Amino acid sequence: MLSRVAASIYWMNRYVERAENVARFVDVNLNLLLDCPPGVTQQWEPLVVTTGDLELFKERYGEATEANVLQFLTFDSSYPNSILSCLKAARENARSVRDIISSEMWEQVNAFYLMVNEAAQLGSLANVHEFYPKVKLASHLFAGVMDATMTHNEGWNFGHLGRLLERADKTARILDVKYYILLPSVKAVGTPLDDLQWIALLKSASAYEMYRKCQQRITPVGVTEFLILNREFPRSIQFCLLAAEQSLRQISGTTSGTWHSSSDRALGRLRSELEYTTIEEVVKDGLHEFLDRFQSRLNGVGASIFENFFSLETA
Amino acid sequence: MLFDAYEPGDFFDELFLNKRQPRPESALLIERINTLSLEDLKQRQQVAQNTLFKLGVTFNVYSDSEGTERIFPFDIVPRVVSAAEWAWLERGLKQRIEALNCFLHDVYNEQKIIKDGVIPRHVVESAPGFLQPCLGLQPPQGIWCHITGTDLVRDRDGSWYVLEDNLRCPSGVSYVLENRRVMKSTFPQLFSVLDIQPVDDYPSQLLETLLNLAPAAQSEPKVVLLTPGTYNSAYFEHSFLAQQMGTQLVEPPDLVVADGYLKMRTTKGLQQVDVIYRRIDDDFIDPLAFRPDSLLGIPGLMEVYRQGRVAIANALGTGVADDKLVYAYVPDMVRYYLDEEQLIPNVPTYLCEDPKQQQHVLTNLDKLVVKATNASGGYGMLVGPQSTPEQQAEFAQLIQQNPRGYIAQPTLCLSRVPTLIEDKFEGCHVDLRPYILYGKEVHVNPGGLTRVALKRGSLVVNSSQGGGSKDTWVVKAEPGE
Repeated sequence: MLSRVAASIYWMNRYVERAENVARFVDVNLNLLLDCPPGVTQQWEPLVVTTGDLELFKERYGEATEANVLQFLTFDSSYPNSILSCLKAARENARSVRDIISSEMWEQVNAFYLMVNEAAQLGSLANVHEFYPKVKLASHLFAGVMDATMTHNEGWNFGHLGRLLERADKTARILDVKYYILLPSVKAVGTPLDDLQWIALLKSASAYEMYRKCQQRITPVGVTEFLILNREFPRSIQFCLLAAEQSLRQISGTTSGTWHSSSDRALGRLRSELEYTTIEEVVKDGLHEFLDRFQSRLNGVGASIFENFFSLETA
Repeated sequence: MLFDAYEPGDFFDELFLNKRQPRPESALLIERINTLSLEDLKQRQQVAQNTLFKLGVTFNVYSDSEGTERIFPFDIVPRVVSAAEWAWLERGLKQRIEALNCFLHDVYNEQKIIKDGVIPRHVVESAPGFLQPCLGLQPPQGIWCHITGTDLVRDRDGSWYVLEDNLRCPSGVSYVLENRRVMKSTFPQLFSVLDIQPVDDYPSQLLETLLNLAPAAQSEPKVVLLTPGTYNSAYFEHSFLAQQMGTQLVEPPDLVVADGYLKMRTTKGLQQVDVIYRRIDDDFIDPLAFRPDSLLGIPGLMEVYRQGRVAIANALGTGVADDKLVYAYVPDMVRYYLDEEQLIPNVPTYLCEDPKQQQHVLTNLDKLVVKATNASGGYGMLVGPQSTPEQQAEFAQLIQQNPRGYIAQPTLCLSRVPTLIEDKFEGCHVDLRPYILYGKEVHVNPGGLTRVALKRGSLVVNSSQGGGSKDTWVVKAEPGE
């Protein structure tokens, strides 16, 4: 498979997943705000902080009002991680591999882009509560269409790998949003407001009902454990790493416990470390610190994949 | 009876001899369409358009920054060519391709045709498509023009002419294949009663043509289709043909010269490439050999090509024969190389570099068509009868500044085919581009792309200038004949 083609399928999936998760970020905050008692100040800045692009945002927009943050994260075509930019990039990647992917996949990416672009043209975020769920659904549709219409070959595995790495990263960031929201009022831990916030967070990862089935009582440690270490819930970090590793092994032809390339090693090591980690250790080290470290390790995995498979430098 | 009102007018009509009198080979088609109501016909037209859009049969418009794709408008009334007429065209096209191929091999090697004084040296060497780095090139099997899309037109009296040869990277064949697919579902009954020659084997023939170029020792030769990328106006076609042939679609950055061979970068390392079907112009293919400012090309490809370690279709350098001044010498080439008279004539051509002919051109700018010798796609031309005095003055100046750069031809009154425009049939001007493959032998795909000028009275059929397309049927005059 051509490196460029593999990279296009990988990035097409990452961008679709990224758009979905930006929608989830925004959704978690919108939901939290709905439950905030009057008098509590709305917090939008943490959302921008978790993207790592606070400086850029301040420069361009100044104050982190709801309107500014939503515009930035959703329709700002000059911000590469906005939902609109993600869809543009996903569509361009799809276009360059139209002869490789199924026509249904192309049609879904195209329709997804047109839907977001149309909303951007209207320029109004009047029905935010409808728009973000639509973005999530369109992303699920794309994943489903790819799963059911494309041969599960090397190209598919690159796509799957991209999607799961992106999801692992974004689940970590969604958890981090909670950290920032809590920061100003550590005293609030354990209050009814705090409970509502954790529920909203679970819902935003589509994890609320699944969490109830295995843990029942909502506790910060329980939620964190579920979203980081659960091996069966498809948005938990550990699940994502296990599934991503499976695809990577299909691509490189190695078996579990062995490695051939630096990507195999980086991803395998990260996954197995997480397998032997307890939630108590995470809490002891500090959740934010843990997530921060995890994200930079995950970036390392992405860099290795680029180097091993996509880099256009001549060997 | 929609055709009752149709007026063929004072033109050569491809379907009608006279008002209400179809040509024998179109009689069944006209009869069938006449049984349909206008609504029914319009609905079929709409369904056909939608199908093409869904199939993604689109082209990109260069000036559009969003890179939007547009559909090439499609008309459901086909153009019909009788089998007898086609047999003659096919012979004429084969003759022309053989002569042109001899010419290409000759000018880049022995240059006998120049030494024998048939074509002046300066005509060849001043053509922008003449590439010095190709001198001495010996492409596999001596074939240069593997894929050609010759543009043919008919004048008011029905006589055929070759308008352009298009020996570089002719496009449009995907429309031939997709238009046919749509027509089969639009008029299935007609396909069962009429003997319409099939076009669907084009991808297989093309693949054979390409495989024919691979080194004999290579048991599983790797063939790739090289596209400039998704922003190219013909990207859909590139991806379509690659898919139909099952070959890899590659962009220039996918390819690299390593260890003296051409390779592509794959997830499992570098893999050798044996044959390239390139849809990139000569100038952009290797920045070391041609344009150093090109960001597109593959540095070092020319050297690998000269060594015979990779085959390229069409060969590099074929653009010299696309030059409109060189075109004027094709009848001489046919005589010189094949000792035959040209079957399908050239359009009479005035060479502006000749002072006498230039004078004639300058005094008749309002009647002639003036063309830049190195342009195509309907760019850089003046259609005299439809031009303003200002445009004529502009071209007069251009011609005097650069006589080598222009030729002129009489304005042909292109033949017409009835076309559904709004609520009735109107005669629209057409040309015809058959596709010719030069592999083990020369193969002409029966029919070709009929391009139609959809603007009333317009003679310009190019997709970039508001043209559309029609299916082309090569049929026997009477069923069962």
